Amino acid sequence: MSYHLSFRRMNQILHELQREYRVFAPVRFEKRGRFSDTDMIRYAEIQRMEDIVHEEKSAFSPKEVFFPITQSILQFTEFDYRESPTHDKKLLVFARPCDINGVRRLDRVLLENGGYEDYYYKRLREKVKFVLMECREGWDTCFCVSMGANATKDYSLAVRFQEGDVDVEVREESFQPLFAGETPTDFSPEFVAKNEVTVRIPAIRDRETLAKVKNLDMWKSYDKRCQSCGACNAVCITCSCFTTSDVVYTENGDLGERRRVWASCQHEDFTAMAGGHRFRVTPGSRLRFRALHKVYDYKERFKTEHMCVGCGRCTDHCPEFISFSTMINRLSDEVEKLNGAEVL
Amino acid sequence: MTQNMVLPKPYRVLDIIQETDLEYTFRVQTNEQVEHGQFFQVSLPKIGEAPISVSAIDDGSVELTIRSVGKVTNELFRLAAGDSLFMRGPYGNSFPLHEFRGKDLVIIAGGTGVSPIRSTVKYFYRHPDELQSLHLIVGFKNKNSILFREDLKNFATRFHTIYTLDDEKEPGFEKGLVTEHVSKIPFSDFGDYNVVIVGPPVMMHFTALECMKHGASEDRMWLSFERRMSCGVGKCGHCKVDSTYICLDGPVFNYTVAKWLLD
Repeated sequence: MSYHLSFRRMNQILHELQREYRVFAPVRFEKRGRFSDTDMIRYAEIQRMEDIVHEEKSAFSPKEVFFPITQSILQFTEFDYRESPTHDKKLLVFARPCDINGVRRLDRVLLENGGYEDYYYKRLREKVKFVLMECREGWDTCFCVSMGANATKDYSLAVRFQEGDVDVEVREESFQPLFAGETPTDFSPEFVAKNEVTVRIPAIRDRETLAKVKNLDMWKSYDKRCQSCGACNAVCITCSCFTTSDVVYTENGDLGERRRVWASCQHEDFTAMAGGHRFRVTPGSRLRFRALHKVYDYKERFKTEHMCVGCGRCTDHCPEFISFSTMINRLSDEVEKLNGAEVL
Repeated sequence: MTQNMVLPKPYRVLDIIQETDLEYTFRVQTNEQVEHGQFFQVSLPKIGEAPISVSAIDDGSVELTIRSVGKVTNELFRLAAGDSLFMRGPYGNSFPLHEFRGKDLVIIAGGTGVSPIRSTVKYFYRHPDELQSLHLIVGFKNKNSILFREDLKNFATRFHTIYTLDDEKEPGFEKGLVTEHVSKIPFSDFGDYNVVIVGPPVMMHFTALECMKHGASEDRMWLSFERRMSCGVGKCGHCKVDSTYICLDGPVFNYTVAKWLLD
């Protein structure tokens, strides 16, 4: 069922939901943007509909709500240790279709890969319900349609924002009573049908081609440009890597924790082992690793969809203006040349 | 409730054996089922965690040979017998001993690569009848980096052994790289056989090429990889190469797979 509500009425429903849920959505952090006098849009807990920024793309993805940048996993005392506790509230997260599809990719790595479930991811993830933020246009760096991530049915509520009003589709049965007596409409969310950018996925046919792809000169062309900062990983909805380390709180080292922090495959120490040996030592080779993970390796392993959902955030936030979609199209051209050469 | 895979357990250290200035072997009490070639995530609370391969498997204990070159490993060296260290695992696959049985076996290891193959060699030292023959080539950089001296002496009494030092002479050791001695392996006399190669990436690469030059076929060779890991269970992403997670799909790979895992 779908309903038309005023923000005022929807806020009352949100208030009702907040007995059980913490509600997260993209909000505006004034003057916190990357350039002077610009704002930062990122996820935070909200109290009312007016807090939500729906007309701009958020800089960060919603993953930080249930896969925090820094997460304590064990707590140490002088002679003992225990699993770090978590809050017991459920999570209601406003998200666009690309991001909801991205979370499925996170799930596959963190809950399924190798038959192991990540305990810390699962205990927050299973609390999450999504409110789909209808997205009909996208922005100039988006390519969700190319990645097949522009649409989803995986949501509890879907909303279309209007001037002070909202259309809401209610899919979650347990939420239906909250909307009893509201004005019904025939709203059902529409999705982006065409992006400004189209991305062609490289047709890497076999391991021989993959080996040649890894040696392409195009990767070297990024060696100077890429600063290996890892901004692309931080903003990506599907990047799931982390590093575990122990820290002590007190001067005498009695209290501490084992924590994990998001890791970037673009950082030069990502593969560094004790003793100093590391792999993928050039920025270009690390960029290649990330690109192939997003549009080849992941699908090769899981036999499902590609990892990248085409949200375009990596392009938006690269300080060196490296366009991921341009890189992938360039890669596809190179792979086509490799495939053509083999036919001859 | 999901089992918490990253929760370590304390294990008692039974003995600590100094191998070199930098390397010690920790014998740890455990009844976990461990296979030859697997690894544990070893940690000390408030210091950190690192993947360490198992260098021996005995009734009720395993040995971990650790080089003091990182934050976690440096701190492990302050332990004494009777203390506890924390572990979770074992993780990863293992050397296919079922494939090795009844055939000729060649094991070539360099430097710290000797640790992951030691338990396999020790197993066949105790069960020599299970193999047609074992040719063991072990190389170290110099005499100060020689590991498992006693074991090496014992192995020489039952197996065809060649021990080398990269740039030094020492009784029982020849000078030169392990690759220089591959020609001495009688591949042409073998019926069915397997080759295990473990060491630094460059060593494994050239040793495999050298073995093939002397008649070894790709699908009879097995390599074991070492990578940075934070989880050991396919989540943290550090050990990923292409679509392969070394912690889940390895660390042991047949050469037909390993030869593509380049980066």
